[in-house]
Amino acid sequence: MSDIGPPRGTGPLARSEARLAWGLLTPTILAVSLVVLLPLLAIFWISVKPVSLSDLRAPEAVVREDLRGRPAEAGDEATLRYRLRNSSPTSQISGVTLEDTWPDGLTLAGDLDPRCEIAEGMLSCNLGDWEGGFRETLNIPVITEQAWFDTEGDVEAEPVKVDGKASFVLTNAEFTFKNFVSVFDGGEFWGVLGVTLFYTVFGTLGAMIMGLFASMLLNHSFKGQGILRGLYLFPYVAPVIAVAFAWILLFDPFSGSANALLIQMGVTNQAINFFGERPLALIMVTLFEIWRYFPLSFLFILARMQSIPTDMYEAADMDGASPFQQFWYLSLPQLLGILSVLFLLRFIWTFNKFDDIFLLTGGNAGTRVLTVNVYEQAFAVSNIGAGAAVAVVIFACLLLFSVFFFKFMSKEEGL
Amino acid sequence: MKHLRFGYITGPLLGLIWTFIIAVTVSVAMSFATGQAFKPSLIWSIIFGIPTGLALVWGGTIWIASAVLGVVYLISLLAGVGPVLSGDVSLVSQVFAAAVLGLGIGWPLKVFVEELTLGALTRHEFEEAVIRTLKGFGYIFFTAIVVIPFYVMVMTSLKNQSQLMQNPLDFSIDLSQGWGLFRSYVELVRDFNFGSYMWTSFYISVLTVFITLLFAIPGAYAVARLRFRGQAAFSRSILLIYMVPMIVLALPIYIAFSMMGLRNSITGIVMIYPVTTIPVALYMLQGYFRGLPSEVEEAGLMDGLSRLQVIWKITLPLSLPALASVSLYVFMIAWNEFLLAFMLLDDPSKFTLTRGIASLNSSEIPRQHLMAGSVIATVPIMALFLGLEKFMTKGLTAGSVKG
Repeated sequence: MSDIGPPRGTGPLARSEARLAWGLLTPTILAVSLVVLLPLLAIFWISVKPVSLSDLRAPEAVVREDLRGRPAEAGDEATLRYRLRNSSPTSQISGVTLEDTWPDGLTLAGDLDPRCEIAEGMLSCNLGDWEGGFRETLNIPVITEQAWFDTEGDVEAEPVKVDGKASFVLTNAEFTFKNFVSVFDGGEFWGVLGVTLFYTVFGTLGAMIMGLFASMLLNHSFKGQGILRGLYLFPYVAPVIAVAFAWILLFDPFSGSANALLIQMGVTNQAINFFGERPLALIMVTLFEIWRYFPLSFLFILARMQSIPTDMYEAADMDGASPFQQFWYLSLPQLLGILSVLFLLRFIWTFNKFDDIFLLTGGNAGTRVLTVNVYEQAFAVSNIGAGAAVAVVIFACLLLFSVFFFKFMSKEEGL
Repeated sequence: MKHLRFGYITGPLLGLIWTFIIAVTVSVAMSFATGQAFKPSLIWSIIFGIPTGLALVWGGTIWIASAVLGVVYLISLLAGVGPVLSGDVSLVSQVFAAAVLGLGIGWPLKVFVEELTLGALTRHEFEEAVIRTLKGFGYIFFTAIVVIPFYVMVMTSLKNQSQLMQNPLDFSIDLSQGWGLFRSYVELVRDFNFGSYMWTSFYISVLTVFITLLFAIPGAYAVARLRFRGQAAFSRSILLIYMVPMIVLALPIYIAFSMMGLRNSITGIVMIYPVTTIPVALYMLQGYFRGLPSEVEEAGLMDGLSRLQVIWKITLPLSLPALASVSLYVFMIAWNEFLLAFMLLDDPSKFTLTRGIASLNSSEIPRQHLMAGSVIATVPIMALFLGLEKFMTKGLTAGSVKG
């Protein structure tokens, strides 16, 4: 007797289903890996490279050719000039050669540069190695002939060919840990990390508490509830650049309405530079973060609140529980799940936030967070390598959070 | 807490708190609306609020309370005392402020303390009154913080530089200018090319929506319905990708685009935007697909449809509402996107709206232009959102949404 039982292993149906699934997923996987995974790998690669913004173009030997001396008739002397330059200020180009068709109607007068020779109507030069920032002018004295004017000669008619071996910093085998050293050096990093944590923790918590408060306001139906709900979502839906500039204008130290209002009410005597003073700017960007993202928490919490069965509250009412007791002992435990998921998600996303602070303060006045630091290092200081190193640090933090997140989420949401 | 639970304490306490809240609200609102000097006073709020609270606990109706308070506050405003102090202010706005104060304090406060009596209170009565007051404060507070920045944005765009410098609080509009009010908008469209930015933003966003759906629908279906090895790992990695910060990706993308010559081109932007939205869309859609009854699809399969036909003829028509929310949400992300547009676009003829606004942020360009640009970017997305609010809210909650 062969064993009887359910079939084991994968049958043809299951196989074809899996094949279809992968087929449907392939475009997404390809696109995402091209734009997400590849850049992530690239970030690791760049972070150990000594690369600055100006190195992004591979060094090139650049040449310009012209005829100097304005020859007017046959027999005039002129100079054929090649202006040579290494496009990169730092990288070397080795074994540079130059080739150009010798223009018709010009004859060599005097000595040719020893590195060059003319053979079969071709000028070819062997120019050796060029250091970064190398510049040279190659002058060749010539005499014009009648043929030059007959054909209306133009030295630029034939393009010059220059060749050289350049080592491109992004692809060569030169590695450095300087980027990481410079990131962690000087104590600046720990300040940035501290600011990031302050911003993230208080931004997240603040947005959640505000969201909880707002959702309790709208948790019973009344006339105009829909309008209010729509209104409270505005900060989240509007483009960040628009609301950020509105805040900057509102809190402007010279012509801002907020300052005018505070002075008029006698709260302060002189204008406050909200986004320019050291502890205040950080508090302001955190408040902005809370203001902009409380709608999101509010939506989630409200959705969860509306699914709590009302009979529980009725029973509590019968038992004489006061409104605060009902909130503390009934609502809050029911909301704990969504609150913790929300906290983790918002924590990670606030940690990743770039636009808000970049637009509000540009990372000045003690508001530089890690993400803004990436931009500052890469584009303001032009040190792409250091920017990438900061990005790697961010990514490491992120991995840490997500391990935590998945451990927790799988319990909460069954993911 | 126990000592507070007497009508003759709770009432006056809530009275003074509410009086002060309304005094601040009215001062701020009147200042913003007229530019004239109004300021709240805590001491006068206490003096006026305590008797108000006590009287309302003792008796009275909403209308009597509002009317009496209105008259009292008008007299006090004219006399220069009271919770709201005004400087040199026109009579019309004083009458208006008094009416708002009367109605704003009398009506809600009466509702708050309705169930209170002068003597000892139960815990339930006490907390109910406190919660009502808190809620009243909440409505005012949230509405104020949401409305004020947008109000400032719109009003600033309608003023000119000298008016703004003269009195930053004066947002009253001179209607006699007629269409001249909108000159910032006219100048933006005429001189700063904002019409074309808007068009660019629009078609980039629409293209992003289509490309995203093209990728996300099959992917989401596979994750939600089909069984294959690595399914769980896949749905996790979607979430993980969701969490990669854009700035980390923007740097290598910038480098790659610089080298490939895709920087400064709409093609490059259209290639990047969908990829940032595909994970979100996939996550939202697969949640919805899971909720659809699989029996309908199985029936289709039994009747001889292939899987792809099932998706096309059964699943998609059933999930039109979800597709609408996902499309709206993706449209919103693409329309509002700033970082990539800012890094990758340098050529003013190819700017998106957000990039265009960023280019207005210089000291040479007047403030009202910047705000007019912001309004131009905000209004379409708001209109879309308010018109289709139901889809949007659903989409936002379903996607657990990237911010």
